[in-house]
Amino acid sequence: MTVSRRTLFAWLAIAAALAVVGAGQSWSLALSIANLCLISAVMALSVNIQWGYAGLFNVGIMGFAALGGLATVLVSKPPVPDAWAAGGTGLLGALLAAAAAVALTAGLARLLPRNRWRAPLLAVCLVACYLAVRALFDPAVDAIEAVEPAKTGYLGGLGLPILFSWAVGGLFAAAAAWVIGRIALGLRSDYFAIATLGIAEIIIAVLKNEDWLARGVKNVTGLGRPVPYEVDLQRDPDFIDRVAWLYGSTLEGLADDARVAALRDLVVQSSGLFVKLCYAGLFVAVLAVIFWLSERALRSPWGRMMHAIRDNETAAGAMGKDVTRLHRQVFILGSAVAGIAGAMLVTLDGQFTPASYVPLRFSFLVWVMVIIGGSGNNQGAVIGGFLIWLVWIEAEPVGLWLIDALTAGLGEGHGLREHLLEAAAHTRPLVMGLTLLVVMRFAPRGLVPEHRGR
Amino acid sequence: MSFLEARNLTGGYGGADILNGCSISVDRGEIAVIVGPNGAGKSTAMKAVFGMLQLRTGSVRLAGTDITGLSPQDRVHRGMAFVPQTSNVFVTMTVQENLEMGAFLRRDDIAGTMERVFALFPVLRDKRQQPAGELSGGQRQQVAIGRALMTEPVLLMLDEPTAGVSPMVMDDLFERMIEIRREGIAILMAEQNARQALGIADTGYVLVTGENRYTDTGAALLADPDVRRAFLGG
Amino acid sequence: MLPDLLHAIVLLGNYVVVPGLAYASQLALGALGITLVFGILRFANLAHGDLMAFGTMVAVLVTWQFQAWGLGLGPLPTGLLALPVAILAASAAALAADRLVFRYYRRVRSAPIVLVMASVGVMFILNGIVRFIIGPNDQSFSDGARFIIKAREFRQLTGLEEGLAIKTTQCLTVAVAVMVVAALFWFLQRTRTGKSMRAYSDNEDLALLSGINPDRVVAITWVIAASLAAIAGTLYGLDKSFKPFTYFQLLLPMFAAAIVGGIGQPLGAIAGGFIVAFSELTVTYAYKKFLHYMLPEAWEPAGLAQLLSTDYKFAVSFVILVLVLLFRPTGLFRGRLL
Repeated sequence: MTVSRRTLFAWLAIAAALAVVGAGQSWSLALSIANLCLISAVMALSVNIQWGYAGLFNVGIMGFAALGGLATVLVSKPPVPDAWAAGGTGLLGALLAAAAAVALTAGLARLLPRNRWRAPLLAVCLVACYLAVRALFDPAVDAIEAVEPAKTGYLGGLGLPILFSWAVGGLFAAAAAWVIGRIALGLRSDYFAIATLGIAEIIIAVLKNEDWLARGVKNVTGLGRPVPYEVDLQRDPDFIDRVAWLYGSTLEGLADDARVAALRDLVVQSSGLFVKLCYAGLFVAVLAVIFWLSERALRSPWGRMMHAIRDNETAAGAMGKDVTRLHRQVFILGSAVAGIAGAMLVTLDGQFTPASYVPLRFSFLVWVMVIIGGSGNNQGAVIGGFLIWLVWIEAEPVGLWLIDALTAGLGEGHGLREHLLEAAAHTRPLVMGLTLLVVMRFAPRGLVPEHRGR
Repeated sequence: MSFLEARNLTGGYGGADILNGCSISVDRGEIAVIVGPNGAGKSTAMKAVFGMLQLRTGSVRLAGTDITGLSPQDRVHRGMAFVPQTSNVFVTMTVQENLEMGAFLRRDDIAGTMERVFALFPVLRDKRQQPAGELSGGQRQQVAIGRALMTEPVLLMLDEPTAGVSPMVMDDLFERMIEIRREGIAILMAEQNARQALGIADTGYVLVTGENRYTDTGAALLADPDVRRAFLGG
Repeated sequence: MLPDLLHAIVLLGNYVVVPGLAYASQLALGALGITLVFGILRFANLAHGDLMAFGTMVAVLVTWQFQAWGLGLGPLPTGLLALPVAILAASAAALAADRLVFRYYRRVRSAPIVLVMASVGVMFILNGIVRFIIGPNDQSFSDGARFIIKAREFRQLTGLEEGLAIKTTQCLTVAVAVMVVAALFWFLQRTRTGKSMRAYSDNEDLALLSGINPDRVVAITWVIAASLAAIAGTLYGLDKSFKPFTYFQLLLPMFAAAIVGGIGQPLGAIAGGFIVAFSELTVTYAYKKFLHYMLPEAWEPAGLAQLLSTDYKFAVSFVILVLVLLFRPTGLFRGRLL
């Protein structure tokens, strides 16, 4: 089968699967899944940029996505003036002091002669600076977190429309990647993987514990929306008219009061679908832009150089390419895309819950998407994002159904049957692992392989 | 029919053939040396004899049995031993452990063999508790040869054993080869230092582009004006 | 003055030294497995944490069964009795993973990163199996005598104000770890098979030329790594509790320990385990009370005097990892630089 045939076939399969969900479960659910598929596709692009283009094994996608999520809070939530009054200046002072401390240590590191006193002196300086910064930081944080802890207890954000946060999320992730890249790039690939895994855990730990920033595990709910609210739509006469027009034929034959009731139901249903469609529209737009940009980049001289480095790092290095610098660029770009996807996800959820970030779902699953879709190929990554999200989300109901069918003979209330039904959710990692291993072994270039020799 | 008989070897590493029908043989108690310019296929010929190369044509027979299809490990079982040119010792293991690993396949008492190796290379006896990675280049070569001898091989193959060692150490190593030959072992060696190596060789093979160019006794080759001019620097 | 100093020492002993020794032993056992797999198979096995969880799960299930049968070891936890079964199960899982997954990539000589990715697949499957069978929640399976000495008893015994509590599981952990490590080193240094493993790790090609059978070496490596994982996991579970996700998270400190010590160096993995464990504990310990004993009253700190909140313990292993990779990539014991 040729590549374009395969692509077509994959898209048909995805559409069919979504249609089955829509008809079998509900269209609203199908749209929800499709929206998450779109976000997964953006995340898969982020991994593909790093792995497919440059061979960077970044398993810290979770951390960058979480930073994107943080951006939604910091951009869209209104500021908390009381908290700013209580500890804002103190906190800013502490941050400035921290910057000064870093500068001081760096300066000292440059000035001190390289003898045996250097390391201990630097260590003493670092610890002293750390304690000093903490002395400023802690009271400010305590003051902020004491401001109405049940409702706020944090500084709040800028109160801007949430759509801005998608860009800001990308910037946050890019900034983090810049710092991390300075440390971790240039490590051997396995070490880089472990380093990024660790960084992601640290980012999540910070988000869970620094309540002044985004309320930690107390979560931030009620985030603003870039699309209308269902209740507003349901009261909007224009929207009601459109629904009435759209379903004109179904409503026609009904009696008056039955028609009013039916229309009300239809309006409620349609408002939900409409909101989801609006999200889908936004996500498609973002996906399309990122896809187009990364395709452009891939076909540019820069992209060809990236490929040359991936395929033979030593040779590319010998030809005078600054491998580490290019790796840093690609790492920053890819991470920024992950940040955007993270912001989109939190926007869709309407809440920021740091405890929901788990590596299996946010880092490794995205990897599976890329490997299965076809690494190095953006279309493959997007298809992988769709397919794997579908499998991931439907593995549970299908697993449940299968177990139910297979153990029906045991009778209600049988211990084993109860246990298996309860454990059905955990078929997900099993199915994922199997899919990954089977594809790696028998279709190592993925379902939609990269075109070589361009 | 010689003890080791490699005939008409042709093959390479997947690309163009490096060996083009070269033949090599050696008998027990003899030293055969392969010499030739860089890229002539000396090391490749050694690997081909030891089964580390996919051959297109040709056969290798040891003591009359065809071993062409055997893996290197199986050849070790048949009494062949190989000393690679580089990374030929276990650097993190002691000298004694290196020798023990050489005798890995043997189930009988190896103390006697180890004693013979120590007699051959007395310096190793003193350093036997030292990691091989801490030894000098010449001593490492001794460990490498000692490791190969631990299997009590009937055929010892050495790939450029004197590469990167001082002339004094080289002379010493060649003297040891003569001693090893006395035990009735067949020795096959690829060498850069052609003049010295041919000096101890019973048979010499001059290889050029993977073919036998000259084959004769070591002394005859050293005396041959053509060989001297082309390969021994006059 | 003197009692104050004693109090301070007992305090540190109770909150840092004793738990640190137990945690360090658990990390060291895990790191040993990682470093052995890295040394012999030459890839970072990301499934090691979940292999640990798998072995521990079997130990938990067998313990429950033994408890139901009324089998036990008196003051010692029943989990110890279940350990052999856990070791067998973990070894079988590791060998199966090698046979079905890793062996193929070894044969086609894939790049190490492909093997790492395959280990992600194995990790998913083991994770799924564990959750499928026992669920994702905390399970406690420790029984027997909880303490060797309780804080109150210690206070009565010594007349000091500070208590020193030593849990049975902590003692057991250290004792088992010492025995296991001693046995492992004896095996690696003294036996023919152990030496052949070291030889294979040192120089694969030369090991083949010496007639060492690579399949055997690889199989033994998996069995040892899986056994160590099952032991480390069971001890950790007895000491704290068993929760699958925690075991995945142990991956980072274990890798940090293996790399700090020098990858492929068993002795280094143990040293690394101790460095990581004690760094975590000393950095996240609240020194308020300690300083109360050590400093004059006027200097006493107002806060907890804690360098980092306990939740940042990953950060500690990570920082150690990065520092070592930047300044001494071969690790303390000059491991393999890959």
